[in-house]
Amino acid sequence: MPDLSLLADALVRATPLIIAGLAVAFAFRGGVFNIGAEGQLLVGATAGAAVSLWAGPALGRSVLIVALLSAALAGAAWAAVAAELRKRFGVLEIISTIMLNFIALHLVSFLVRGPLQEPTRIYPQTQSIADSARLPIILPNTRFHFGFIIAIVLACFFGWLFKTTAIGFRVRAIGAAPKAAWIAGKVDVKRTSYIVFLVSGALAGLAGGIEVSGVTYALYENLSPGYGYTAIAVALIAGLNPIGVIASGIFFAFLETGALALQRDFAIPSSAASVVEAVFVLAALAISSLRGRGIPGLTRPATR
Amino acid sequence: MIPFETFLEGTVRTATPLSFAALGETITERSGIINIGLEGAIIAGAFGGFVAAGTGHVWIGFAGAAAAGMFIAAIFAFFAIRLRTDQIIAGTAISLMSLGLTATLYRQLYGATGAALSIPTMGVVEIPGLVSIPLIGRALFAQPPITYLLYALIPVVWFWLYRTYSGLGLRAIGEDPRAAVAAGIPANRVQALAVLLGGMFGGIAGGTLVIAQAGSFAEGMSAGRGFIAIAIVVLGRWHPFGVAAAALVFGAASALQYLFQAMGWSLPYQLFLALPYVLTLLGLAGIAGKATAPASLGRWQDQT
Repeated sequence: MPDLSLLADALVRATPLIIAGLAVAFAFRGGVFNIGAEGQLLVGATAGAAVSLWAGPALGRSVLIVALLSAALAGAAWAAVAAELRKRFGVLEIISTIMLNFIALHLVSFLVRGPLQEPTRIYPQTQSIADSARLPIILPNTRFHFGFIIAIVLACFFGWLFKTTAIGFRVRAIGAAPKAAWIAGKVDVKRTSYIVFLVSGALAGLAGGIEVSGVTYALYENLSPGYGYTAIAVALIAGLNPIGVIASGIFFAFLETGALALQRDFAIPSSAASVVEAVFVLAALAISSLRGRGIPGLTRPATR
Repeated sequence: MIPFETFLEGTVRTATPLSFAALGETITERSGIINIGLEGAIIAGAFGGFVAAGTGHVWIGFAGAAAAGMFIAAIFAFFAIRLRTDQIIAGTAISLMSLGLTATLYRQLYGATGAALSIPTMGVVEIPGLVSIPLIGRALFAQPPITYLLYALIPVVWFWLYRTYSGLGLRAIGEDPRAAVAAGIPANRVQALAVLLGGMFGGIAGGTLVIAQAGSFAEGMSAGRGFIAIAIVVLGRWHPFGVAAAALVFGAASALQYLFQAMGWSLPYQLFLALPYVLTLLGLAGIAGKATAPASLGRWQDQT
């Protein structure tokens, strides 16, 4: 059943895109320009792999949950660096999160050649994690794993959070009109956007942890083909709507797996997919501009 | 050559592309537009320079680099000025598009392996007399001619921005668009010019990487320099001389590895690779509250 495995591959690829897409959508909605999902994802993957390897034998099956939680925590901690810099020194998070992406990349490169390298010290990657630390496969004989279900549940949860809860309203309010939120709603804008930043980082970190526990079973350098950057396109095309992120995440996953197939069969470079993604974002920008309104829910960040 | 001289020479070499890009972004930001797509202009310049230098002439290579940078900047200008879309989102999308586009074109034109192609490189030209100044002579005056062009451009840009009527007009738009428009300055045209000049300088920065330094193109070889350059503009307080000094500091940080190697200290090389990004974060935190951006930077559409 080659078709089924292709479909499974696309949904496997959609998983990190949806979760990291949620991270970006949540941040942008709350007025935080987190471009750093890629770095947070990598740090999350690192923490997930490290915890799975170290605590695997002692914890048995429950190591999976501990690993995923550590991944989320690590992502939040990585985002906290940028959040602190923004809160204390007014450093633009657009710049700081991109810098943190590069730092995370070199950190992983160092770890898989140093402290976390597999015992034979030949390959720049960690040992494979134990079976007990892996996410269950849902469709036998494919790579389709439980992480996709987590992604859908998370998207629904954030959709519900935005739509019906006071917390969701507060986040949207500080994104849409920080001054009004502070004056009329007594929302502590600084504190709320700080928390939004951390939650966004935790989501991206979790995406990395799920990638390790569900797909790669090890940490290595090119673990992410730019999921964190594609996630920005995923979030924007979805109009920053969590439920929409499911659809756009799956759409971009099909685009990218399709591009890989095109590369294999017709020698069209797979990097063409990232051009198409960027063109989609630009087209969405142009359309919303010509209609005389911005992308729904998106406000400009304070640029200084 | 004594290690310290090697270090100083490496400092100037690394600072050259950063200065070009940051000088261009200074012009752009002084007109009130923040071009996050600078990274895209640099990688496009690197690719354009690589293709054009294939003709066998280094200066045709640089012309190609400048043209490619301007092309990317023109796309950004269309979105940021003609459509007045969000500058951050448009710039981010354009950076991602350029990285994907150059990778795709490179693989299409030169094959997936990217067989080592030889292009002419710009050699070092020593300036007689000045080169024999002790310690700094070789570092400053035994460089490729493109570096000397940079030396000339820094005061020229300063003179234009601070000592001419048109430079005053450009800065006026960045500070107070409404007043500038009321005074009869054609804001859209001046901003478009500023963006195109910024793209041209960014393109030359990319051309420098390929033609004067690496001698070949590699996917993603801009490696975040566009974003570092944007930080350098902040650290240099939007002033050509300040920006050049800030770029030198970054060059020095990157060149530290030569000094360390010479001292025989062995540290993980990833540490040096990550250093410019760490330094960007520290620098931005350090200058907090001391740098004042052009008042309307990035928020043009809110003001008119």
